[in-house]
Amino acid sequence: MCGGDKTELMVERAFSSDLMSDVLTLDTEGLLLITGLANIQTIRTAEMADIHYILFVRNKKVTPEMAELAGENHMVLLATPFSLFKTSGILYKHGLKPVY
Amino acid sequence: MIIEQTYQVRGGDFAHAGDASSKVKKLLKQLDVDPRKIKSIVIALYEAEVNIVAHAWEGIIRILIDRDHIRMVLEDKGPGIADIEQAMVEGYSTASREVREMGFGAGMGLSNIKRNTDQMEITSRVGEGTVLTMVNYF
Repeated sequence: MCGGDKTELMVERAFSSDLMSDVLTLDTEGLLLITGLANIQTIRTAEMADIHYILFVRNKKVTPEMAELAGENHMVLLATPFSLFKTSGILYKHGLKPVY
Repeated sequence: MIIEQTYQVRGGDFAHAGDASSKVKKLLKQLDVDPRKIKSIVIALYEAEVNIVAHAWEGIIRILIDRDHIRMVLEDKGPGIADIEQAMVEGYSTASREVREMGFGAGMGLSNIKRNTDQMEITSRVGEGTVLTMVNYF
């Protein structure tokens, strides 16, 4: 949805949460955020926490304002119709590590 | 080198919550501050900025960057905090449903600010407002 030119980048760890307060407590680098919370503060939180990859679950839509802010911060935005649980399970099974 | 910046924050304006923190982040990057230090500073500032938007009517953020530190003073007009000690307890929150829908209001903000700053001080008057001062060394 955004950052299609950065498909070669790799992430090692992921964190699944709809609570941005929890995301702001992490100090892991190079993280994928998996979330069902799609609003401008999701992007702002990622900006502050130096998170460059966000995967939106449950078919959540990215607004033009969100895409613009994500673009300014060189983020990659991905989307899936799957639930947070299913998405996390698939990625975990394929080797993506948890933060804790 | 001393840089001073002032930003206005409007209560309830979630569309722009984080604008000031974003500008401070860009400024610190330009000044070539250690990225890990920048992250702590802007996370604390962003939590504090969201607090003004979530709880107060309006506020002012004053930033002072000196050679080896940044001082951030956030002064708001708002309901104030009756019991600061209780507000610091993780999980304690008075946030509205709207704030929670934005992904905040879990009662984590003040403790996360404390964790990410070298100095933190809160003074508050119920019915008038709150002043939060944060200092981080580079």
